[in-house]
Amino acid sequence: MRFSKGLRIGAAVAALAVLAACGGGKSGGGGDNLVEKAKSSKKLVIGVKIDQNGLGLKTPDGKFVGFDIDVAKYIAKELGVEESGLTFVEAQSSQRESMIKKGDVDFIAATYSITDKRKEEVSFAGPYLLPGQDLLVRADDNSITGPESLNGKNLCSVKGSTSAQAVKDKFANQAQLKEYGGYSECLTGVENKALDAVSTDDSILAGLSAANPGKFKLVGKPFTKERIGVGLKKGDTVGRDAINKALEKMYADGSWKASLEKHLGPSGYKIPSPPEITEK
Amino acid sequence: MLDFLSEYDVLGAFWGTVQLTFYSAVGSLIWGTVLAAMRVAPAPIMRAFGTGYVNIVRNIPLTVIIIGCSLGLSDTLGLVLAKQGSPTSLADNGFWLAVLGLVAYTATFVCESLRSGINTVPVGQAEASRALGLGFTQTLTIVVLPQAFRSVVAPLASVLIALTKNTTVASAIGVAEASLLMAEMVENESDALLLVFATFALGFVALTLPTGLLLGALAKKVAVKR
Repeated sequence: MRFSKGLRIGAAVAALAVLAACGGGKSGGGGDNLVEKAKSSKKLVIGVKIDQNGLGLKTPDGKFVGFDIDVAKYIAKELGVEESGLTFVEAQSSQRESMIKKGDVDFIAATYSITDKRKEEVSFAGPYLLPGQDLLVRADDNSITGPESLNGKNLCSVKGSTSAQAVKDKFANQAQLKEYGGYSECLTGVENKALDAVSTDDSILAGLSAANPGKFKLVGKPFTKERIGVGLKKGDTVGRDAINKALEKMYADGSWKASLEKHLGPSGYKIPSPPEITEK
Repeated sequence: MLDFLSEYDVLGAFWGTVQLTFYSAVGSLIWGTVLAAMRVAPAPIMRAFGTGYVNIVRNIPLTVIIIGCSLGLSDTLGLVLAKQGSPTSLADNGFWLAVLGLVAYTATFVCESLRSGINTVPVGQAEASRALGLGFTQTLTIVVLPQAFRSVVAPLASVLIALTKNTTVASAIGVAEASLLMAEMVENESDALLLVFATFALGFVALTLPTGLLLGALAKKVAVKR
């Protein structure tokens, strides 16, 4: 009888695990749009980046800091949710659409570029930032002044990213590209002169430069245009309008500019004027 | 539904995987054999080196080895494995650094497989060859290793299959192979993620399944019947 008892316990544990797994998939009850949900539960789960200096970074003591985080907190506040009711989870680039679709997160503010392909899966609010792809070079390197002076240079970007693809498309004949898993690895190569420049969105580069003061500088000649927005469940127009309203208020009361200055300003990043909300 | 595949050079990416596997396999077979010889050598210092190398390198994660090759040896210490000045020197350098890392790592598994093969050769064989006046190197290369290799074809096939899949780690330093293209496709084709994963899973099965079957048949054919 020992076995059957063990089996019964095992089955019970398995059943519980399945129940727990199913329950975890849904983010609580309450209305079917973001505004209703925020109002009734006073809790929100937000997907952010946890490894990008200045934009979305999880500090060793478990706090989340950065421009994206500030935007997310501001939106939550406007939806009537206190900071204590917020849960931040990591939203890796490849998983963002499925996290929204499954309901693991209520919305995502994680350097999320608005593209037509993604719009088939999720809805966007914003944009709240319009970065362009730029170059980050050693502070004492004056040989790279912009995209036109890349002849024979070694660039670096994150593997598979849109930035890496843009370098391959635009500069394949002049420059070589090294692809690493993260930007910090690129910086090692640039610092030791094995590579000459890191290339990606200027907002990300500004964050990297601000985290390593004095070592690197932004070239400041962006050659692409991205539109960073807030991603949420497809078709949630009430939620989208509420986020857009929150963003406009954030522009108007100056906290948008203050946050950018605080997180990206130290790198010499030129603070732009707030972008026009186009996802309506 | 599969029309997005035509926009990418999937075959080219898998060709990169095959090249990486081929050079790493050849390298690790050679280095692994040398290591196995060291581990059964009469000189204590060689045995100590062989044992130490295998136990240290085998227990370091491959990602750490590969990134260490690129960040440490190349970017920081300036090791160059490709012709400077060519338009693809950066990519070539990355490729050979990945091969270096894969050889260093896989050779430990080749060595251990081979050592177990050496143990299947009856002691009498070595004793007989010594009685005939053969030295250590001769005993090993003429008598013991040929028999050992024949009995470890199947385990070596497993190592080769593992190596084929391990080449995906090279994408961590941007070597152009299958998983680097997969990262790119995951970024662009967010509406067909499962399809992208399935494509690459299938590609790897298509590479490794015939390897296993072929080498399995070979193992049966050449096994020493005792």
